Amino acid sequence: MAKVILKLENDISTDDIYPGRFMATVLPTETPQFAFFDRTDFNAKLRAGAFAPDSIIVGGENFGCGSSREQACSTLKGHRVAVVARSIARIFLQNSINLGLPVVICPGLEAGEGDELEITANQVLNRTTGRAFDQVQLPAARKGIMDAGGLIPYTQARLMARRS
Amino acid sequence: MTVVEKILARASGLPSVRAGDVVEPRVDLAMSHENAALVINQFQEVFEGTGLDAKVWDPSKIAIIFDHRVPAESPKTATNQKKIREFVAAHGITKFHDVRGDVGGICHQILPEFGYVRPGSVVVGTDSHTTSHGALGAFSFGVGATEMASAWALGIAVNVEAPATIRVEVKGAFPPMVGPKDLILYLIGQLTAQGANFKVLEFHGETIRNMSTSGRLAICNMSVEAGATSGIVPGDEETIRYLREEAGVVGGIDCVGPDADAQYVRTVEVDVSALVPQIACPHAVDNVKPIDQVLGTRVHQIVIGSCTNGRLDDLADAAALLRGKKVAQGTRMLVFPASSRIFGQALDKGYIHDLMKAGAVVMNSGCGPCLGVHEGALGDGETALSTTNRNFKGRMGNPTGFVYLCSPVVAAASALTGVITDPRKA
Repeated sequence: MAKVILKLENDISTDDIYPGRFMATVLPTETPQFAFFDRTDFNAKLRAGAFAPDSIIVGGENFGCGSSREQACSTLKGHRVAVVARSIARIFLQNSINLGLPVVICPGLEAGEGDELEITANQVLNRTTGRAFDQVQLPAARKGIMDAGGLIPYTQARLMARRS
Repeated sequence: MTVVEKILARASGLPSVRAGDVVEPRVDLAMSHENAALVINQFQEVFEGTGLDAKVWDPSKIAIIFDHRVPAESPKTATNQKKIREFVAAHGITKFHDVRGDVGGICHQILPEFGYVRPGSVVVGTDSHTTSHGALGAFSFGVGATEMASAWALGIAVNVEAPATIRVEVKGAFPPMVGPKDLILYLIGQLTAQGANFKVLEFHGETIRNMSTSGRLAICNMSVEAGATSGIVPGDEETIRYLREEAGVVGGIDCVGPDADAQYVRTVEVDVSALVPQIACPHAVDNVKPIDQVLGTRVHQIVIGSCTNGRLDDLADAAALLRGKKVAQGTRMLVFPASSRIFGQALDKGYIHDLMKAGAVVMNSGCGPCLGVHEGALGDGETALSTTNRNFKGRMGNPTGFVYLCSPVVAAASALTGVITDPRKA
């Protein structure tokens, strides 16, 4: 079980998650400070470590649309949060899988800030409201990458396999 | 098969591919800009502990173009650029465009201009607007830095799910002062910001056939604003003309069209003969309105440029409206050509002179204010009217600012008045 620490509307862009003016910062050790930077209060709480690990950010439709900047994933991963959204934009979804940021697609999800969610294999259970919502499984094409623990170990394995 | 299915089949060595199939196409071109600094980190991590030499699969197929923050706005960016230069030299990467006034520019103009993209090829880029290169009949899509590092190492895009395709049929001739930018804004408004998520927009019809490569680049560029994996215009006579005459390509050019029985998830029809200028209003690209609903909105900053609308015809249109006139007091106008070559052509043709005489500030080619990192930030509560491609909150460097998106003629007509103005009545 984990708490919803932020509930967002539809079409949250990567500019919102990680503003363009911080794009010169690339190291995963440095990107977390700029997560949702222009949502000043939330950013301050994240940086202060106010949330328990594995806390959940709830998105609406098309979460992570816009720029391909991977910092939008590394910045969230650095805070050990998960994303549960009604739908997720293509590049953000792929970046999340590649970097190992936990993301769940749940089209009918209804959850508010403070709600406690439990994520099972196929559903998201809102323990606060008592309602259950079905997940859409992540693209099967990406399973190999998830199983390997991300695209870097996956690519490593492919390289080594080519060599032998 | 659709055009993208055909391209994927060929690039994956398969007789056929259907939407949903998982394929691993060879990559014909792998493009990055300053975010190559992050790609390099990820690339080196791939090789860590493997005992293998960290060599890119084919240095001739990697393109790196500095455009996001040129010249560097900070020591951090300058150091990233320095690191990339060193990597480029060490790996023998030849398609490298540094901060230069002769061969520099925005990646999505440099790639077509230098003939790096061919019909039927597979292009990946660490930039969401990599969709642009579908204008030349390529399957071209944006990826993150780690996916690029994987492509640099393996030479393939791993585990690609072949996207389904939406067929867009466009007919009619554009009325005066209406063009490709209005078409794509209108389409995004109809499709919504996620209407084409995980799908390809394949453009057809007489309007597309009669459209210049410049216009096709604008519509494919913004296809991603409807969520599309890529926009694509099947290669045709115009594609060949552009590549031969403007990009200096010699040798075979192989245009790929769809099969007659290609399967589309949906067909969208648009008749542009009655289209009016379109404006994407804050803070979403799909918040599109016909211009009459926003006429008179006060504008503090006009921006003409970017990978969407910074090409020679865009500058010509703007110059024609501003020649001999003045940008309104209280409004500033920024122009940034899409490439140094275009800047030079616009100088030779007198457009730059016209624009400067009218009061516009002409900047070096680059992404400039579009992503709010470099020049041209908005003041608190200010409004910009821009020919760029995104108007998200904070996009032009200030979360309290407002960005409206439009065509070059709307931007130019509005520069003269300081309010959103219909160019048909200017």
